[in-house]
Amino acid sequence: MPLFDQLYNFAHWLAQDRDEAEDLVQETFAKALRGFSSFQQGTNFRAWMYRILRNTFLNSRTGRKAMMTVPLEHDEDGPVAVAVDTQTPEAILIDRSDQHLLQAALDELPVNFREILLLCEVEEMSYQEIAETLGVPIGTVMSRLSRARRALRGLVRGKLQGTQKG
Amino acid sequence: MACEQWRSQLDAYLDGELPSEAMRSLDAHLRGCLACAADALARVQFKRSIKNAGMRFAPSAELRSKIQKSIAPPARRNWNIGWKLGTATLGLALVVGAVTSYLGRENIREQQLYSELTDLHVATLASPNPVDVVSSDRHTVKPWFQGKVPFTFNLPELQNTDFTLLGGRVAYLGQTSGAHLIFQVRQHEISVFIFPEPAGTWNFRNESKVERKQTFNVEEWNQDGLRYTVFGDASPEDIQKLSALLKAVAGS
Repeated sequence: MPLFDQLYNFAHWLAQDRDEAEDLVQETFAKALRGFSSFQQGTNFRAWMYRILRNTFLNSRTGRKAMMTVPLEHDEDGPVAVAVDTQTPEAILIDRSDQHLLQAALDELPVNFREILLLCEVEEMSYQEIAETLGVPIGTVMSRLSRARRALRGLVRGKLQGTQKG
Repeated sequence: MACEQWRSQLDAYLDGELPSEAMRSLDAHLRGCLACAADALARVQFKRSIKNAGMRFAPSAELRSKIQKSIAPPARRNWNIGWKLGTATLGLALVVGAVTSYLGRENIREQQLYSELTDLHVATLASPNPVDVVSSDRHTVKPWFQGKVPFTFNLPELQNTDFTLLGGRVAYLGQTSGAHLIFQVRQHEISVFIFPEPAGTWNFRNESKVERKQTFNVEEWNQDGLRYTVFGDASPEDIQKLSALLKAVAGS
């Protein structure tokens, strides 16, 4: 079962709970199998699978709750140039021992930021694939990704300063 | 252009999403601008950290076997093929996805083809029963395909060569059935795929020389309305020799 490990990792990040993640993955495979005829050959299979998983999550109680805390992004579809991240990242050097710090920061991100970062960095999806998975235009992918990175940097910075003080 | 503007493109640049011309200009700028280069480096490190931190949760063995059981095909042929296709496509999507962001759009189709061929080749060799007709005799293997694939083909005489025919099986590519033959040369197994042309909508190229695809050596050509692909981890010389043998008898 290719994609199984990746889908599970993604599900666990979304649901933030092992039991729920397991249910999500199981349901995703069941739906994919049932709906295989609706998959159009030549379109992106991976994006299709992730989309099923994500929609299943969004329809769950946890998913609906998580989406309620997502901030409104009314200007998301504005010109890309406005949204791209020109903020200079002072080198945030995170070595292996700090990995849990970054994970904690990812956990704290709103779910729409967390998922787009995972799709981009962990799954190494192209913007086009991410757009297909999330069902949004590419411009939105770019601006949301840039906000997500900025938000994550902010959280990490805060945590690093916190540990220095402590 | 001011550094500010260059930096606004850095994320897309590092995600491999800038058009190639913009990519080259930014490359040139980064070689000359220490501040922007440092910024790019910081962003790369951040990307890498997120990737490492993001690969966090592993599924349990119980879940794996539970799902495997739940999707195990009942003894119905159509279902079985549907799932096999699904699995092949999943694998294909995986390989394609990993390289997508680094390739020009025009290469994607070709890459998909090679990914699918790689899957067929690797999955077949990994199977305990790699071939459905087990024979080194071309006069056994060729007739076996009668009625199983919508064309016929000739196989070369392999006496006094380094090659041995191990057998064959029916393979599916782009929803078309074709012949998948396995040859051995010393310790290497080589797949030969023969499909009617065009198989699906693949954009085949016409020149024939050994190339490296998905870390395998590949030679392919069109002959008599069939598309031949010779595919394996054997040396380019061996791939070329086998291709020459096939070409010689294909037209006869």
